[in-house]
Parts: sequence; structure tokens; C-alpha cells
Amino acid sequence: MNITHKILFIFLLLFLNVEIALSKTNEVNIYTYRQPQLIQPLLNEFTKDTGIKTNILYASSGLVEKMIRESNNGSADILLTVGIGRLIDAVNGNIAQRVNSRIINENIPQQYRDKDGMWVGLTARSRVIFASKERVTENDLTYEDLSNEKWFGRICSRSGQHEYNLTLFSSMLVNNGEEKFIDWLKGLRNNLATKPQGNDREQVKRIYSGLCDLSLGNSYYMAQMLLNDKEPEQKDWANSVKIIMPNSNGRGTHIDISGAIISKYAPNKNNAIKLLEFLTTEKAQRIYADLNHEYPLKNGTETSKIVSGFGVLNADTTDLLSIAESRSKASRIVDIVSFDN
Amino acid sequence: MNKLSRKILSGSIFDNLILCLLVIILIIPIVSILFVALSADENIWPHLISTVLPDYVLTTMLILMGVSFLTFLIGTGLAWIITIYEFPFRKIFEWLCLLPLAMPTYIIAYSYGELLDYTGVVQSSLRQIFGWQTIQDYWFPNIFSTGGGIILMSFVLYPYVFLTARAAFMRQSTTLIEASRTLGFSFNQSFTRIALPIARPGIVIGLILVMMECMNEFAAFEYFGINSLTVGVYVTWLEKGNLEGATQITLCIFLLIGFFIFLERKMRRNRSFSFKDTRLSNSRRLTLSKKGGYTFFIICLIPVLIGFVLPSWLLLSFVIDRLNEIQFSNFVTLFFNSFILSAISSLIALIVALYLVISSSSSNNIITKAAISISRLGYAFPGIILALGVIIVLSLIDKIIDHTSLLLFGSLSSIVISGGLIGVFYAYISRFLTVSYGTIDAGFSTLNSNLVDASRILGMGKYETLKKVQIPIIKPAIIMAILLVFIDTMKELPATLILRPFNFDTLATNVYTYASLSDIQNAALPSLTIVIAGLLPVILINRELTRS
Repeated sequence: MNITHKILFIFLLLFLNVEIALSKTNEVNIYTYRQPQLIQPLLNEFTKDTGIKTNILYASSGLVEKMIRESNNGSADILLTVGIGRLIDAVNGNIAQRVNSRIINENIPQQYRDKDGMWVGLTARSRVIFASKERVTENDLTYEDLSNEKWFGRICSRSGQHEYNLTLFSSMLVNNGEEKFIDWLKGLRNNLATKPQGNDREQVKRIYSGLCDLSLGNSYYMAQMLLNDKEPEQKDWANSVKIIMPNSNGRGTHIDISGAIISKYAPNKNNAIKLLEFLTTEKAQRIYADLNHEYPLKNGTETSKIVSGFGVLNADTTDLLSIAESRSKASRIVDIVSFDN
Repeated sequence: MNKLSRKILSGSIFDNLILCLLVIILIIPIVSILFVALSADENIWPHLISTVLPDYVLTTMLILMGVSFLTFLIGTGLAWIITIYEFPFRKIFEWLCLLPLAMPTYIIAYSYGELLDYTGVVQSSLRQIFGWQTIQDYWFPNIFSTGGGIILMSFVLYPYVFLTARAAFMRQSTTLIEASRTLGFSFNQSFTRIALPIARPGIVIGLILVMMECMNEFAAFEYFGINSLTVGVYVTWLEKGNLEGATQITLCIFLLIGFFIFLERKMRRNRSFSFKDTRLSNSRRLTLSKKGGYTFFIICLIPVLIGFVLPSWLLLSFVIDRLNEIQFSNFVTLFFNSFILSAISSLIALIVALYLVISSSSSNNIITKAAISISRLGYAFPGIILALGVIIVLSLIDKIIDHTSLLLFGSLSSIVISGGLIGVFYAYISRFLTVSYGTIDAGFSTLNSNLVDASRILGMGKYETLKKVQIPIIKPAIIMAILLVFIDTMKELPATLILRPFNFDTLATNVYTYASLSDIQNAALPSLTIVIAGLLPVILINRELTRS
């Protein structure tokens, strides 16, 4: 082997990157469904406070499956999710471990964490109705209203199988029963202006362009669009719609929670718990509220000004666990009704 | 030794052993997927069949037929025009027509989606000009449809057919065409009755690559709302959390691809396509009238505009818009990661492909044949399913290492393989080996066997012949193999997303991250980079093609 071969070989080895797990380095490995740019400010604060380095792996899907397959050879310490669904999937997939932390228990109300300590909620997001300011006079609507014939051809939606919609649908299923839910979903599908496509923000864009008058979306998008200096056209979209908190006079507006589980096989368990505790503190919850415009779950932390301006959130208190358990049934019904087609 | 045992046992034991090992390594991810599919606890076939499976299958068939037809028209037509006729800028089109190869399908989907959507520039302008108010006032083709997807995919994938068709046409002998002309055929008839059938193996290979790309496509179809089988796999696994169901849908995909491969093999059977006399590429081209010349110029220009220029211009405009917000150090890291990953993968794929092709030519036994066919199947599987298979396998290996370490040293090993880059390489090679192999194999099949025989008779050993005779002649094919795998791995998305280690992003995963937030403007710079990086190989491919 001449010298070039040797150099190439070393290069190759470096990149094959056979990881030697050194438990001495002070770090925590994060698998996250939450976009990196949303959690980075939190992680930066955490590293500043504790000196623990954070490593991120982001994916919009497949992380729970990956952790299940990796099992005890996996390197993930903590999993951050965007909804209750993945938290339950993680627990059912036997990749979560119990956390019993005084700090967490004090900060997060009981109904937003697992009674066995397997998962912890961090923030809440409500799924609201965005309505055209020009063309929609109503200020009070229920989710159930959406299947009403008067909205024929006036509603835009993202895929019915997407986690945000599916959790809402599950809630409808739990609260109204299967028969009524199927009828409602069919009605909603008939009211769609066009086949489900795109994300929550794009539905608002469509309202702005006049394609439809109503859409479903998570509350924080409104704030993020209104304050979007990088993409000022989104401000126009947001300014063309108003938020309606559905069912505020009834059972309450549907909410989902973002949360975390500690991996059962976490190589840096203590650091992971420290991170989780940090995320429940006032400091972190403030960042969630002010930067991301979510609803912080910590007792006493206030929402950002903009979010307060949306109106009082009367949150649906339907048990999150039962909602999560109905997801697969709701998903099958979405298929049967051909919602996405 | 009777004929059968000679068939099975030919070739040295060492070679056969290596071959078997190679095949096992390549096939384990696929086998583990099959294992999961067939040993599933919950059988969701009834639910699948009664609801979404018919839609998935129908949509997929439509896409395959539509895209094959269009890419055949565009790719073969362009290849013939450029090989036979002379018209303005013909020489530049030789490589211009390849440009869409560098454009990832999902980026083209996002670009045209932005452009042609109800809220996009085109429709908004139309509404302003004509005073239309709502969608009911006018008709505009909806790009977010199966038809839209078929057309867009065709304009991006036609280069596969263009490449193989052109390579095939260029190798054909002029005497054939001249003979057919003297016997009364017009040029067009010579094309359809002589040149095309002879080029058929090459064209079919190109079409099969195209169809496999369609099977693998996810991001673009998801964006357009096209429910193909692959989208079904994603939705069933990742959104419904049903891995077993997803692998069962994968079986359908597998059946389809198995059929394609069978077809391709049947097409190629035992033909030899080497010609001794002057090649078409060397002969004088047919001249056209001025009008004809410019017509052909426009015909060649259109696919390039649609498949490359327009989306690139859009991306460039986005990049310029956001110029002051770009973080360059981050970008350099992304670029470096992508480049190294692709370079190493394409080299490994080449070496393995060469080994397989040479083994099959020297010891044509059943083991070798079966081995080769099986090892090429990785392309049939959507990247993310392959990634799952890889994770299963590597985790298993890690467990074995742990147990061995416990046995020998009494403690758990600190080596963890499944977290590193090996997984990514594993998935890449499994998936893209067939690209390398197909190219090398096609190159070898045009090699005149007389040359090899002559060299052996004159005393050169097997490997010397390989090194000094065969490889130099098929060098264009080697370069093409490297470059095609390079581009493909750079664009690869789903497997990379799942398998990549911590803090490791490629250009492609970065694009997807932004694009999945519909933040296409911020996805523009990494996209443009993938496109530009893919350009150089495209130009080199063409140079090698013309030089040979």
C-alpha cells in the first residue's frame, strides 16, 4: 500500500465513523419530531446553564420506530414529540422509562403527564378554525358545524391522516360516538374546496387567495405568521383571517400536547432527566410561550401577548389517553370515508 | 462431470464463497423486511384491500404507464434526433438534455407547485389580468393531481432513457442504416424498424430505471397528493404506526418490480451488440432545412426548459431573495457531508458491480446468476423500508458484538455500529448497486468477445486482460456508473433521514426539513447546490459518451 492508499484508508475509517461510546463526555442525545429551529433556543439556554452538550436528530416521522428497532443499542436519551400520539406510541413500544422527578411533578399539572411517569407534557396547542375576515360573519362555531351544508366548497384542510387532524378527529370520535363521527367526517369531506394538500399555513394562504373561507390549524401558526419578518407575505395571509375557538361554550376547544419521554436505554440518563426538568422550568416555559407562541403547561406561566389576544382558551378536558387510544380507529374511518381522495 | 454439476460448480471455490458472502450482506435487509411482513401478528390485508389498496395500485399503474410512455417519447426521440440530424446548437444539446438528471424530483415538485398553485404567480396574474374572482370563474389545470405528477416526473426522468438510447444508437453501425436506406426505407422507417429494435435492450433498461424511480418516489407524490403504493407504505407505517401493514404493502411493490426485472432479463437474453465497422456517432449527420433545423432546436429546448431551466431559475430567485440570511459555515458542512458520502458510496458500488459482472462472465453458474439477480433488488424497495431493514440488521450485529464481548471479556463492548455512517452506506449500496451494475453490464455487453478471446490466446492472464483490455474499453461505462450513483446518493432522502447519525445532515435532508415546512425559499440554496453538484457529472457523462 503506497502512501495515497494509506491516506485514503484513514479517511475512509474516519468516515465510517464507528462510534465508540464514551460515557465520560457530558452530553445528551435528542431525537425530536419538533423542528430544530423551534427547540434550539431552549437547548442553547440549557447548555449555557448546565454545560451539557446537546446532539439533535430531527425527523418528521419514523423516530419511534427507529428507537424500537435500535432498542438497547440505540443512542437516543430523550424523545421530543409534537403530539400525545407519539408519546403513547413510545410507551406502547416499550422504549420509554419512568421518570419520578419532584421538579417535573411540581411544574406540570397532573392531567398533562402520565400517571405512571412514563411521559411528560410540555406545551399545549389548540386546533382552531381560521376564518376569512371578509367572507365569514360568524364568530362562534363548533367543530360539528363544519359538516353543515352551508360551508359547501368553502373549507380547506391538510391531510386527514396528519397527526394534528387525526388527534382532533379522535377527539370527535370519543365525544360524539362512531356513527355521528362518520357522518360528520363525510360532511366535512364534501365541504372541502379542494383535495387535502399542504400544511396548516398553506390553508391560510388559500383563504387569503379566496379559494376557501375556513380552515383548521394550530393556534401558534397565527402568531408565527403575524410576526414573520423573513417571509412578510405570511403576515398578509394571517391578517386576512380571524381565529375562532371552536366549542368554547361547550365542551371546549380541542388541544394536543407536545411532550417528551426518556428513552428506556438512554446512555446519558441523568443528563436527559436534567434536560426534561429544565424544559418544565419557568425559564424554558417562557421561551415556549414567547418564541413559539404555544400554551405553556407550567402553572402560572402566561401566554404571549399575541396568544392572549386570540381569546380565552377554554380547553377541552377530554382525557388525552382515550383520545390517543382512538387514533387508529379514527384513521381507519378517514380511509373508509376517502377523506384524502 | 456432467453438464449440470459443471454449471453449479464452475468457478473457483474462493470466488463462489466471496459471491455468497456478498449476496448475504446485500440481501439481509430485504429478507428481514420480508420476515417482518410475513410474520406479522396483525393482518390488515382485509382493511387494506377494502379501502386504500385498490387506489394505491391503480394510481401506481397509471403513473408507471404514463411516465414510461412520456419518457420513452421524449428520451428516445431526443436521442435519435441528436444522433442523426444536424441542426443549430445540436452539440450543446448533447449535454443540455441531461440536465434534469441533476434536479431532484421533490424540488421540481415544490417549485412547480409554488408556481402553478391557485395562490401562485401564474394563476394570480391570470386572475388579475382577466378579472376572475374565484376558482369557479375559470379552468386551470390542477398540478396537484396524478396527471400533473406524471408530466413532471417525465420531464425529470427522461434523461435515463435519453442516455441509454443514445449510447445504444451511437454504437450502431452506419452500414445497417445505409443498407436499410438502399433497400427502400425512409429515414423514419429506418429508425422505427431497424435502429429502435436494435437499441431496445438499452431503452428498456432506461425505462426500467425510470419506473423504479417512480416506485421509490415519495416526497413529490406526497406533496401532490398522489396516493401511490410507496406513499401508502409511508402513511401506513409512519402515520398509522403499522409497520407490519407497511411491509405487506411493500410486498405488492416487490411483486411489481420482480416482474420488471424478469421482463428486462428476458429482453436481454443472449444478444451480442458489438459492431466492427464505423459507428453512427462517427458518420456525417443528416442536414435539415433552415425551418426544420429551428424546429428541432425548439423541440430539444422544451424538455430542458421544463425539466431544468425553469425550476433552477426559480430557485436562484429565491436564493437571491434570502441572500443576507444564509449561514455559510453551516452550508459548507452540509456540502462536505454530502460530497464525501456520495463519493465513497459510488466507488464502493462500482467495485462491487465490477466484481459481479466479471464473475458472471467468467463463471456463469446458477449461484452467480441467482446471486446477481437478487443483489440488484434493493432498488425496488422504497428507501425508508430499506433503511428499516438496515437498522434491524445492524442492531442484530451490535447485539452479537455485545454477547461476544461478554463472553470474551466479561463486559459489554463499547463499539456501537448502528449509530454511525455505516448504516447510511449500507442502505445506499443496497439501493443503488443496480444502477452501477446495469451500466457496467451494458458496457460489457457491447464489448466484443473476440477481443477478450484474442487477448487470452496471446497469453495474457485473466486479470491482466481485465485491466489492460476490457476496462479501458468500457471506461465510459465505468465513469457513467460512478457518476449516476454519485448523483443518486446526493439526492437520496428518506433512508438518509432515518439512518443518519446525530448532528449529521446532508444537503438533501436539509432541503426536506425546510420544504416539509413549506419553507421552499430557505430550501433553495441547498437545492441549487445539489443541482449544481449534479451538473458536473452530467457534463462528464456526456463527454465520455461522445469520446467513445
